[in-house]
Amino acid sequence: MSDSAHTLATSTGLDSRKLAIWTFIGSECLFFASLISNYLVQKPRSLVGPFAHEAWTDPASGQVFEPIIEIPLVTVGTALLLFSSLFIVLALNGAQRGNRKQLLGWLGATLACGIFFVGMQVYEFNHFVHKGLTLQQNLFGASFYVLTGFHGTHVTIGVIWLLTMFVLALRRQLPPERAVNLEIAALYWHFVDVVWIIIFPVVYLIK
Amino acid sequence: MATTVLGEQQVHAAHGEKTGLWSWLTTVDHKRIGILYGATAFFFFLLGGLEALLIRIQLARPDNTFLDPDTYNQLFTMHGTSMIFLAIMPLSAMFFNYMIPLLIGARDVAFPRLNAFSYWVFLLGGLFLNVSFLFGAAPDQGWYGYANLTSRQYSPGPNVDFWNLGLQILGIASLAAGVNFFVTVINLRARGMTMMRMPMFVWMSFITQILILLAFPVITVALILLMFDRFFGTHFFIPAGGGDPLLWQHLFWIFGHPEVYILILPAFGIISEILPVFSRKPLFGYAAMVFSGAFIAFLGFGVWSHHMFTTGMGPIADTFFSLSTMLIAIPTGVKIFNWMGTMWGGSLQYKTPMYFAVAFIAMFIIGGLSGVMHASPTADLQQNDTYFIVAHFHYVLFGGSIFALTAGAYYWWPKMFGRMLDEGLGKVHFWLMFVGFNLTFFPMHIVGLNGMPRRTYTYPAELGLDLLNQIETVGAFILTAAFTVFLWNIFKTSRKPRNAPADPWNGATLEWAITSPPPEWNFSEEPVVHGRDPLWEAKRQRGGPLPEPSPGTGAGIHIPNPSYWPLVSAIGVTAIFVAIMLSPKLGAIPVVVAVALTFFGLYNWLFEKGYSEFSTPGGGGH
Repeated sequence: MSDSAHTLATSTGLDSRKLAIWTFIGSECLFFASLISNYLVQKPRSLVGPFAHEAWTDPASGQVFEPIIEIPLVTVGTALLLFSSLFIVLALNGAQRGNRKQLLGWLGATLACGIFFVGMQVYEFNHFVHKGLTLQQNLFGASFYVLTGFHGTHVTIGVIWLLTMFVLALRRQLPPERAVNLEIAALYWHFVDVVWIIIFPVVYLIK
Repeated sequence: MATTVLGEQQVHAAHGEKTGLWSWLTTVDHKRIGILYGATAFFFFLLGGLEALLIRIQLARPDNTFLDPDTYNQLFTMHGTSMIFLAIMPLSAMFFNYMIPLLIGARDVAFPRLNAFSYWVFLLGGLFLNVSFLFGAAPDQGWYGYANLTSRQYSPGPNVDFWNLGLQILGIASLAAGVNFFVTVINLRARGMTMMRMPMFVWMSFITQILILLAFPVITVALILLMFDRFFGTHFFIPAGGGDPLLWQHLFWIFGHPEVYILILPAFGIISEILPVFSRKPLFGYAAMVFSGAFIAFLGFGVWSHHMFTTGMGPIADTFFSLSTMLIAIPTGVKIFNWMGTMWGGSLQYKTPMYFAVAFIAMFIIGGLSGVMHASPTADLQQNDTYFIVAHFHYVLFGGSIFALTAGAYYWWPKMFGRMLDEGLGKVHFWLMFVGFNLTFFPMHIVGLNGMPRRTYTYPAELGLDLLNQIETVGAFILTAAFTVFLWNIFKTSRKPRNAPADPWNGATLEWAITSPPPEWNFSEEPVVHGRDPLWEAKRQRGGPLPEPSPGTGAGIHIPNPSYWPLVSAIGVTAIFVAIMLSPKLGAIPVVVAVALTFFGLYNWLFEKGYSEFSTPGGGGH
């Protein structure tokens, strides 16, 4: 996506595309800040269970609902997502040095982590729905699914983006002088990770 | 190879007059996109004005039955929504597009195709909103869409959906343009143009982009939550399910108040360009103007709850938001004094743009003063939801933004179209607009303080409000006449020969150094800047006016190729929202198809031949 203007020398010496992705990330901060605030406001306003960290007995049927949040699986997903930030740095390093093996290997590892994370979230959503937490059930459910769902959508877009980069690298289309394309994707990927670092404690750890 | 370099022989064919529908559909030239923005926004402005005229006809007499309450609700909602999102914002965007690259000495914006994408998404979003009229189901809940009015229970029809999804579409256009212009201003300035040498319009537009980038994500989230409430059965804003209607108000106004500055800061910038030129003096207090603009924008994020004093937030919140609101008067006052300081002792040239600019200062002061009045919660309790508020925001948005945008239109018209608008008709336009505006909106202060509520389709004769309301309606017809004169002026001017000089006003900024209209490549030689008023400095050094510039041949200059992928992608994005609208009937499949179309457009865009470094095999990536 190299348009005319940023191939010329820029006022700051920064690549315009890189500046654009930083700008976009700045804007996205407000997007996720709003979603996280919404979660914090809505969660305690749930009229009925099931709840995040406490069991709930439905007064009508007497049925007992277990706490929704389960830490172990999501911890694995979180760890892999965080490691993927390291992996993509190593992949970018490979791209910049023209080390194709390093590029493909670490980019592949990043993708595997991203795909695992999305898969984990799909499993988790299914699992939670079976435990009785639907989008409509209560405000905890609604705000949980909207927040983590939009984050998951961002991860999915990142996976598609990195997959595109992977295919380009396979076709030997990502030589060192084009490594900035991967760098831009990596900036987005780091951002999506950072957002999860906030969501993980807010949603899963804080009671 | 990212762009086309033209050889001498090809220059004429490629750079020559390009006409026809296809050339407009595929254009990535910031000047053409600017004209598209202007024409589209002016059309929506006239539509919004027509809606206002119908409202005024209804209110001309007490107990009138010209409009039924339901139609009335649709008209005032669409009037507000259109004027804000489809008229003032994109009219400012017209000047961002056309003028920012010229003012900073650039060949185009940073991302020309993204710029085209923004325009197409804006156009389609505007059509999406207005198509609702064809179904007799235009949005009818007011432009700030308070919960519970927007819930499925109280608004079962598609009205609110048109509004909700339409604004999401328009938000995408604004955000894409926000990134584009932010990067353009930072990265594409001519040599020597430091940030503190940028023309004030560029500064104010730059701050506006920051506001857009930080405010629009918040309303996007609010609209998404409302969409979930309406389509997927959540209860974010529905008290029966535990939801909080006030959360909507907070989210909306965290966006909504910065939005006010998104509407007025470009106007400040236009005025700050016009006053120095017609006062023959540099802008007074340049640095103070920059920092007061930035300070207004910063404070703009800390005042949102002054829209919510009547919700009973308690004394601490009321005090905080009251004080922060009053604080904004200080940087705004700095600006007003600096404008007057610019004119003070200048040799004033009363051309049409100057008429509008001076009137802007006066009208904006009136609007600003009534604004400080309802910064006091006790006063606001009396004024909230009355015509006093309507009077206030029309003085800042019409007396402010529209007067400034009109000033800008008369000022830059010769640059954009190569023809001077008629001065005589311009002054007729001005006086009709000035008188009509004050007749329409000044009495609203009085009827408002006397208790006339806004958004109510009629009023009883016993209130004794008939005379003032009649005067307001007469004013609205005078405003209609004013814009009819403007249209006549545009038509008359379009039949004149294209002979505007490059620098008709003795301008100070770079756009006046090139032909009117500029060639496709703007500057044949990249300009070098040594100060804040580069053209005045050049003229001073020369000891007189500069010679008429020639457009040059454009040989060897990089021009981005036309592209239709921005349009395809914009259609895809809009189709997603159309599909969501229809999803209760058609299910998820159309949504998937629309997402696929969007990705198809984006991938072809990213790998487009002649643009993408990936469209050429091997390592030739530069």
